Amino acid sequence: MGNYITFPELLLWLTLVAGIIAFFLKKQGSAKAWAILSSLIILGVSVASLFFADDAKYASFNKVNYYWLKYIGNSFYLGLDSTGRLLTFLTALSFPIIFISTQQNNYKNPNSFYGLMLLTQAGLMGVFLAWDALVFYFFWELALIPVYFLCSMWGGEKRIQATFKFFVYTFAGSLLMLIGIIYVYLHTPERAFDDGHISQHSFALQSFMHAVLSKGEQTWLFWLFFAAFAIKMPIFPFHTWQPDTYDQSPTSVTMVLSGVMVKMGLFGVIRWLMPVLPDASLQFANLVIVLSIIGILYASFIAIKQDNIKKLIAYSSIAHIGLMSAALFANNEMSVQGVYLQMFSHGINIIGMWIVVDMLEKQTGAKNISQLSGVAHKAPALTIFLVIIALANIALPLTNAFVGEFLMFGGLYKANVWYAVVAGLGIILAAVYTLRMIQKVFYGESNALTQNMQDISLGQKFALGVIVVFIFGLGIMPQPLIELTKEAVNGLLAIKK
Amino acid sequence: MSNISALIWLIPVLPLIGFLVNGLGRKQLSKGISGTLGSGVILASFILSVLVFFQVKNVGAFNVNFFDFIRLSDFKLAFEFKVDQLSAIFLLVITGIGFLIHVYSTSYMHEEPSKDFAKYFSYLNLFVFSMLLLVMGGNFVIMFIGWEGVGLCSYLLIGFWFKKPEYTSAANKAFIMNRIGDLGFLLAVFWLIAKVGTANYDVLFTPETLKLLTATDITGITLLLFVGATGKSAQIPLYTWLPDAMAGPTPVSALIHAATMVTAGIYMIARSNTLFSLAPITQTVITVVGLATALLAASIAIKQNDIKKILAYSTVSQLGFMFLALGTGNYTAAVFHVITHAFFKALMFLGSGSVIHAMGGEQDIRKMGGLHKHMKITSITFLIGCLAISGIPGFSGFFSKDEILAGAYGHGPLLYGIALFAALLTAFYMFRLYFITFRGTFRGTHEQEHHLHESPSAMTIPLIILAILSVVGGVIGVPEALGGHHELAQFLSPIVKTASHHLDHSTEYILMGLSTVLVLASIFTAFSLYKNYKAEGEATGFGKVLQNKWYVDELYQTAIVQPLAALGAFFNNIIEKKVIDGFVNGVGRAVNYGSRQIRLLQSGQVGAYVLLMVIGMLLLFIIQLFV
Repeated sequence: MGNYITFPELLLWLTLVAGIIAFFLKKQGSAKAWAILSSLIILGVSVASLFFADDAKYASFNKVNYYWLKYIGNSFYLGLDSTGRLLTFLTALSFPIIFISTQQNNYKNPNSFYGLMLLTQAGLMGVFLAWDALVFYFFWELALIPVYFLCSMWGGEKRIQATFKFFVYTFAGSLLMLIGIIYVYLHTPERAFDDGHISQHSFALQSFMHAVLSKGEQTWLFWLFFAAFAIKMPIFPFHTWQPDTYDQSPTSVTMVLSGVMVKMGLFGVIRWLMPVLPDASLQFANLVIVLSIIGILYASFIAIKQDNIKKLIAYSSIAHIGLMSAALFANNEMSVQGVYLQMFSHGINIIGMWIVVDMLEKQTGAKNISQLSGVAHKAPALTIFLVIIALANIALPLTNAFVGEFLMFGGLYKANVWYAVVAGLGIILAAVYTLRMIQKVFYGESNALTQNMQDISLGQKFALGVIVVFIFGLGIMPQPLIELTKEAVNGLLAIKK
Repeated sequence: MSNISALIWLIPVLPLIGFLVNGLGRKQLSKGISGTLGSGVILASFILSVLVFFQVKNVGAFNVNFFDFIRLSDFKLAFEFKVDQLSAIFLLVITGIGFLIHVYSTSYMHEEPSKDFAKYFSYLNLFVFSMLLLVMGGNFVIMFIGWEGVGLCSYLLIGFWFKKPEYTSAANKAFIMNRIGDLGFLLAVFWLIAKVGTANYDVLFTPETLKLLTATDITGITLLLFVGATGKSAQIPLYTWLPDAMAGPTPVSALIHAATMVTAGIYMIARSNTLFSLAPITQTVITVVGLATALLAASIAIKQNDIKKILAYSTVSQLGFMFLALGTGNYTAAVFHVITHAFFKALMFLGSGSVIHAMGGEQDIRKMGGLHKHMKITSITFLIGCLAISGIPGFSGFFSKDEILAGAYGHGPLLYGIALFAALLTAFYMFRLYFITFRGTFRGTHEQEHHLHESPSAMTIPLIILAILSVVGGVIGVPEALGGHHELAQFLSPIVKTASHHLDHSTEYILMGLSTVLVLASIFTAFSLYKNYKAEGEATGFGKVLQNKWYVDELYQTAIVQPLAALGAFFNNIIEKKVIDGFVNGVGRAVNYGSRQIRLLQSGQVGAYVLLMVIGMLLLFIIQLFV
């Protein structure tokens, strides 16, 4: 489009190239160093992009359109709007934190490991940047495929079953989405390219939004897309891949999955489902909200009975995502703004949680709450970080999650009183399972497994420190993040009116 | 003086600084420094609070707006403070009593290792910070920040000695029960926001805004707020956390029971009195719950043997009295009782700390006795506390309790009768505690007896100051019937509309006389029963029911906790593993089976492949024809 290199290009190609280069770095140290360095550079680009948010002035920095498969009406269309800006920033921030906090872990074939991780990041970037359905689908798969490899090659004992389940779920979802994309494509209007070429149909988001679809068609298309996104989020009852996958994946992969990748589902709803199928999105809003709220309570109750710490966090995350999904469909400014804040906060906070859990598991070899006790004596710094992150997890005021949850509940209340009342029970249950975990694992007398624990390393301290800064920074001053995303929030609400 | 509003932020920020410095420097700081710093910041806040008080008294209330916390196109929430008569009084109580408790703690906690000592003070400072935020906030959301903040701090301090599982369980219980109440509070805030679009007091409590609310709205909102108050201020049904909360260090109990936390519910309702006065149904509910709690907790206190537990139930019961006052529209009396109660309850908790200190950690009063001989200051100040809480004329508790009882009488003799009965129980169990602990003969071990001593001055001086306040604290609210002007009521008049039921003076004299005579009789009964207490056997019959706190904890356990846990197990073991995963794995198996069948096609015979190719091409051709 313009004469400059745009931010979408930088974010995508830098990550992709970084990933490819990583495959050639066979040494543990150099692969690690490269992963950290390249992810920091990408973070720098992403931070810079936040200062070019004003589309009136900087439109040419934020959009790019290559002609690609013109004859089928497809172009390689990337754009950075405020939704994309938020999520690419979350992606760019998460990866260096993940790499730095897990730098003590050594992997066999480090080149492939870090290469696949960076490819995943590239896939995520592509998903959040794509303004063309085919490009979106391409990167959606690109983000998932490395994860299959990462889980099945570097995962825990039961990794094969877990990966298989993950594969069955996500593959089914992707397939349904692909059918949906092709169907919508066949109903898009003609598209004229700048050079005069006219294609009968088009994959561009704009064309998708103008696709001519009857109410009946919207109805079943909605479920095709929604299935894919619901599995990814995941919301009840599409969620059972998640606890096993989180449990069996290497922790850095789990961090990517839970911190960033689950946002793909919410993003898909925001970028594609609601704009392309606005009528069906309104029609089924209440059903989705009810499903999501059932998921909140269901997952919270299971979390209370979980002994496996990783699964506990997985179920807790399902509950949190359920709230986001419900609030997204509640369709008012308050709730949707809350979702935007919480997408970011949840991503940061849960990565912090995994850093703590990873360290517990690495040092003690234990995965279960019942095996551990008295960690606070041996690792006080770790405990303080954990308590702060756990408090953010249960949305205590002045932490980042409070603002998001407050707005989401407030918005749900506006939509329907009972939504807020029933979903609100999740607030109490979250305290129950989170405090129980802290009590059993960190308090009490230390036992045979925990008495030789070391406190956290410098790298972990740094990563957790960054997370804590975000927790309190956004908890006390959330307005900058609201400013960054309010345009997207209002844009989304305007579509449905 | 007039520019104190520019410094108002320092009042909460100073304790916050204390929290951060003590918390982050806990490994470096000596006990002397952390103790001085922890107490010093509260003293500084107290001095500022005094200045603020005079500013409000002489000039008037003021608001301070710091920044926009959340700003959407149709909703704005500012980080703002409202400093008026009500918050000024609470500021004084929180920082004043808080400071004495900090000073006391420097001695009481002296045996802790220095990093735990610093941690303790950092938590204490955070507690005060949260409470200050709660009472200074200019809207319900800022109040909620402090509201959950005190919940957090109580959690941290109750579980301060985190090696003991029963302590951390008590901490969890406190937090979770508070959270149940907090949900009510939150829903009330959402209701307000949905209906009137604001949570700001100044906008909310104006006739124009209140007009937007229907009677149902007001009843619903006030009931939900009251649910919040039952959590924080330990009323039926959410009171059971408070007696367990004494697992924390004793000065913390004093802080929770007197200066912070439990008074939050009273503050909140007093703050929203405009709203509550418009909700007669809610007022009735509050009256009934308050009275029932006052009675229930007092009955339990009679049969407890743990010195701190008795005091804890006494707090629950006294809070019940305060809610009775709130329910009868007697807001000034509730605030008055918050103040006097803060004096004598802080006094008695710190006194019990002094006793426990001397007894080497023993809390069972059956193993005490005759302590008066060994620790005169503690004994005398404790006695003053007992006289004050019992409502002996001249002591502070007399005036505030009398005002509540008089207000109850205005709503009917039955209300008055029950409240008076609870007050008599109060006098009885307090003096039972006093006589068993301080009089008679010592019943502990020889080693303990040898060890008995008066506490150091850092502990006794706060006791003496609180004792003086417990005696004279009533002067701020001497009723007209006794020739006073009720300074407090006058001071609060801009915010709190005093209830209009004026009793004539002769009725008031009769009520005062009656309660005084009966209280004295009650004390005499306790005296004759317990002056020479000998360890008695386990309670039987009804006494056993009281000793086991009416089995409410057991009831909650079987009726609520266990069924919910069973539900969790059912979801986890049946729905999750059998139903959903069963389905998914079924699909997976089907796919596997399918692919095994399809694999047969790869037979390795060229002919078969060619055949398949031809079929495929034909299919493609057919599709081309039709699409």
